[in-house]
Amino acid sequence: MSVLVYTESASGKFKKSAHEAVSYARAVAEQLGTDVTALSIGDVDASELQALGNYGASNVWSVSADRLKNFINQAYASIIAQAADQSGASVIIISNTFSGRGLAPRVAAKLGAGLADGAVDLPEVTGNVLTVKKTAFSGKAFAYTELVSPKKVIALNPNAFELRETGGDAQVEAFNPIVDDRDLTTVIKEIVHAVDKVPLPEAEIVVSAGRGLKGPENWGMIEELADVLGAATACSKPVSDAGWRPHAEHVGQTGIAISPNLYIAIGISGAIQHLAGVSASKTIVVINKDPEAPFFKVADYGIVGDAFDVVPRLTAAIRAYKGNP
Amino acid sequence: MKILVCISQVPDTTSKITFTDNNTQLNTTGLQYIINPYDEIALSKALELTENGNGSVTVIHVGESPADATIRKALATGADEAVRVNAAPRDAWFVANQVAGYAKDQGFDLILAGRESIDYNGSQVTTFVGELLGIPSVNAAKKVTLEGTAAVVEREIEGGKEVLSIPLPAAIGTSEGVAEPRIPNMRGIMSARTKPLTVIDPVDVPVLTRVIRYESPAPKGAVTLVDAGETEKLVDLLHKARVI
Ligand SMILES: Cc1cc2nc3c(=O)[nH]c(=O)nc-3n(C[C@H](O)[C@H](O)[C@H](O)COP(=O)(O)OP(=O)(O)OC[C@H]3O[C@@H](n4cnc5c(N)ncnc54)[C@H](O)[C@@H]3O)c2cc1C
Ligand SMILES: Cc1cc2nc3c(=O)[nH]c(=O)nc-3n(C[C@H](O)[C@H](O)[C@H](O)COP(=O)(O)OP(=O)(O)OC[C@H]3O[C@@H](n4cnc5c(N)ncnc54)[C@H](O)[C@@H]3O)c2cc1C
Repeated sequence: MSVLVYTESASGKFKKSAHEAVSYARAVAEQLGTDVTALSIGDVDASELQALGNYGASNVWSVSADRLKNFINQAYASIIAQAADQSGASVIIISNTFSGRGLAPRVAAKLGAGLADGAVDLPEVTGNVLTVKKTAFSGKAFAYTELVSPKKVIALNPNAFELRETGGDAQVEAFNPIVDDRDLTTVIKEIVHAVDKVPLPEAEIVVSAGRGLKGPENWGMIEELADVLGAATACSKPVSDAGWRPHAEHVGQTGIAISPNLYIAIGISGAIQHLAGVSASKTIVVINKDPEAPFFKVADYGIVGDAFDVVPRLTAAIRAYKGNP
Repeated sequence: MKILVCISQVPDTTSKITFTDNNTQLNTTGLQYIINPYDEIALSKALELTENGNGSVTVIHVGESPADATIRKALATGADEAVRVNAAPRDAWFVANQVAGYAKDQGFDLILAGRESIDYNGSQVTTFVGELLGIPSVNAAKKVTLEGTAAVVEREIEGGKEVLSIPLPAAIGTSEGVAEPRIPNMRGIMSARTKPLTVIDPVDVPVLTRVIRYESPAPKGAVTLVDAGETEKLVDLLHKARVI
């Protein structure tokens, strides 16, 4: 009963969330007294595959075939299920990313496994049952979900489990699954990666702004602050509804739920629906001109002041701290 | 074009979420239920695609009779008929089996659902349904257009987007941008009363998961305020907190 982890990659490199998933898989394997096999699908650099050993994988199985280069959830799920069978895995770990969410239910259904999505911590192990702490009610609560089936699939939230570098070596080998053409009917027409931006769900620092900014023309200072921090940018719902910012930046109960180390909210009132998606952030800074803004109640640090005055000075202070002119 | 739309009902977004019975049950006292916001988008898209007599829209809900009010609202918004699978929705696996069990011999071209329910946030139902029916699925679509017998879908990926084409029938989970949300008008509300709402029995599904208890997030301590003129001090605090 080993642990299998699917490691998601983009452009030949593993994502940070993949390394987190391997660290998590290793910790689960230690709980169960077994080891970790990592599965990679698509063209991934050999050095990247080898390096998974550093996060705790004992074996790395790599699938690379031209027709499997791009993510197609039906085909990838079938490969993961085959790898689970052949490695004798009882626990399968997948990152709870956009692609991971399109994958985990298929893998679980193929294996007759119970699925816990949005895991934020290691499971409790009681005999054959794993109890997984997961987010629920869009960040307003956690639910402890028991997986009672013999096989279990856990989808781990990005930024929820810290990387653990164990310094081990992994045995890398090719894995040759059987893939049915019926699982390859999806045609990928276009993939667009914003190369110069940190993806929001994985970002460690997020700079977010709301209606207090008055209009899209004022986002320059937000982007500048995000830039010096190496942060992703986000916004409140009315901002994306008004078309000031793209929908992909909308965080909250009906947008993306995030859990960065640092969330800086500027000109956002802190409505319950907004807080739902961001309250898992480890540290929250609020900048708002209204001292009564509800956001201050959940903030760690706050500045009561005009964003147009505070933000440029904060950017300058961070630049000075980082030692750049 | 024959479309099935999965509708869940969730506590109103302003709800305070609390628990009873030693944190094992959701406290439903005073909770108001709404159609899951993403499901409104799915329904609106289905109505858009079948406009001018170009097909039909069936909504399906897995739940008990108090949900009928929510289902009527979907009918008032414009769906042609509704099906309720009469069972408490245990988990996403259970719900998906009910949806697939109903849909399997009905000849739907498209099954639309929300990207995720804002209560249990599983983001699982669409993909489970796809797997159970052996059809392609996309779980978080931002744009959907039909081209002949295929759906061209733009989906979100971390830090970007992907455009893909999937043959119909397919299951698609919708998020913002897919359609302008529609709301019921007076005529819709009147006609909703007479539209068919069929109640069917659930199929048996093995139990694979069970929520055993809930936990509310730990309350935050008081905020540390920094003077607007002292941004350096904030930087110092963030440095000491090791977040920058
Ligand atoms: C079903 C439903 C779902 C929703 N889902 C979401 C969601 O997922 N995410 C989300 O964000 N919202 C969501 N909302 C909307 C939510 O209720 C709020 O309306 C929204 O979050 C408010 O956005 P805001 O804080 O940007 O704007 P406002 O509430 O208008 O707040 C603007 C803030 O800026 C401050 N301000 C103004 N000028 C300045 C200045 N010069 N300097 C500094 N501060 C200034 C003001 O004091 C105020 O606090 C949802 C609502 C509903 C009904
Ligand atoms: C009193 C009560 C208690 C519940 N307890 C639990 C529990 O303990 N654990 C648990 O996991 N769930 C529970 N649910 C069910 C929950 O409301 C969801 O229906 C179900 O869990 C699927 O949630 P999800 O977040 O995984 O769905 P997602 O996969 O996030 O939902 C995606 C989409 O699937 C569709 N969908 C979801 N639910 C339904 C439905 N019921 N009928 C039709 N379409 C639907 C919608 O289109 C939705 O947007 C309970 C519900 C009630 C009313």
